[in-house]
This record gives sequence, C-alpha cells and structure tokens, in this order.
Amino acid sequence: MARSIIHLPPTARAGEIVAVRVLVQHPMETGYRSSSVGEPLARDIIRTVECRFEGESIFAAVLHPAIAANPSLAFFMRAMRSGTLTVEWRGDNGFAHSDRATLQVV
Amino acid sequence: MPPDRARRCLLRLAAGTVAGTSGMLLLIRPAMATPEALQAAIANFTSGAVVGTGRVELQIAELVENGNAVPVTISVDSPMTAADHVKRIALFNERNPLPDVAVFELSPANGRAEVGTRMRLATSQSVVALAQLSDGSFWQHRVDVIVTLAACIEGG
Repeated sequence: MARSIIHLPPTARAGEIVAVRVLVQHPMETGYRSSSVGEPLARDIIRTVECRFEGESIFAAVLHPAIAANPSLAFFMRAMRSGTLTVEWRGDNGFAHSDRATLQVV
Repeated sequence: MPPDRARRCLLRLAAGTVAGTSGMLLLIRPAMATPEALQAAIANFTSGAVVGTGRVELQIAELVENGNAVPVTISVDSPMTAADHVKRIALFNERNPLPDVAVFELSPANGRAEVGTRMRLATSQSVVALAQLSDGSFWQHRVDVIVTLAACIEGG
C-alpha cells in the first residue's frame, strides 16, 4: 500500500486562497532504464491525479515519466466552505490510491 | 560522470531506439526527444494555435546539480475568475527521452494560477511551460537549464 500525504491548513477564512500539497510514494519507473543485469525495466508510473473538494473536481494532472519519483504536486484552492478534499492517484499496473483531508472554513 | 560511461549510456539508449524502428536514416536518430519532437508536442497541446510569450512564469534553477528531482513552479498572471481563468498548464522539455512532462487542469476554484512539482532532467536543455486561458489563448515561457548530474543513467 502506497503512503501519501495531503498538506493543507486545517482551517481557513471564507474566500481565503490556501496552498495544497499532495505527495504519494511511487517509484515512477521511466521505462528507459535497465536493471543491474542489463534487462530493461518496464515503465511503471502514475498517469493521473484528481483532486475533488466535496465531489467537485478542482485540480487534475496527467503525468509522464519525466516527473520525479514520489510525485509531489502543489496547487491552490479557494476556501469557500468546509469539506473534504479527496485525492486519487491512478497509474500503470492497476495502481490506484486515494487519500483525503478536511478543511474547516471559520 | 566519466565520458566513457556517458557514451555507453547513450549507445544503449540509441540501440533501444533503433531496435524499435527500421531504415538506415533512423540509425543516426538521437536517443532523446529533439527540438522537433518538442515542437510537435507543443502543437499537439495547442492544436496549432498561436502561442504568445509572457503571462506565464516558469521558475526552475538555471544550474541543476541533480537531474533526478528538480523543483519547478509555473505561475500565470490571471485573476482566476469565472470569466477569465487558466484552464490548463503544460510542461515540456527538449532532451529527455519524451518531450512531455505533465499537464495540469485548473479552474476558478483554484483562486491562484500556480502549480509546482518535481521533474527529471536527462541533460542540459530547454524547459517550456505553456498555459491555456479561458479565452482560448496560449502563452509560454522557456528556460534553458544546465544539468551536472543527469537523471537517465542512475542504476543504468
């Protein structure tokens, strides 16, 4: 099971723009390297990342092998109401992982 | 990196490229994306639209010590309102094996048009960030970077 981190402030004022950072543990094997015995290593990367706040898509990304291992994404969101941010990572070999964090608007 | 090792790395990559293709001309094809491949990838993203320079800012160190994880931040000068916002941001490179790096989808819900990630750089090259605004226009910023430790040869 992959490990992931969603970093966002626990509380925000209504209308405040808050920074969100998401990170997941993944090797992002490019498919252009070979093993120690010279055999090519198959590509194994995360292809898509989707971030939804209370079901509404607010940010999405398509990744290619040029993204570093343990892909980290940083973006912003406008805090309008309290709710749950859900992040979903999908990739090669059926990789699927999701994580969530809550934001309290005060 | 000793030049000998770099040469073997390139030869191995070249062998892989040739194995998947045929014809004499392709034998001299470099084992990495080319400026033409970069142009093709950009044209694919913009559907051939005119790309202006400005409004986008790509922040990346111009001298990169380790190409395995290079922090990049792309910000766009946009109010991020329903009427005027950034729809997509894309990142491309010139000389990794593939020209594509990532495409980000944004919306007015972001409030600020700025994204950050960490990318790989196989060698010294240009990195290009593009933004598509809600009015359909495209903007770009290109940065040339020098890489001292390349990403492609680790474990190779």
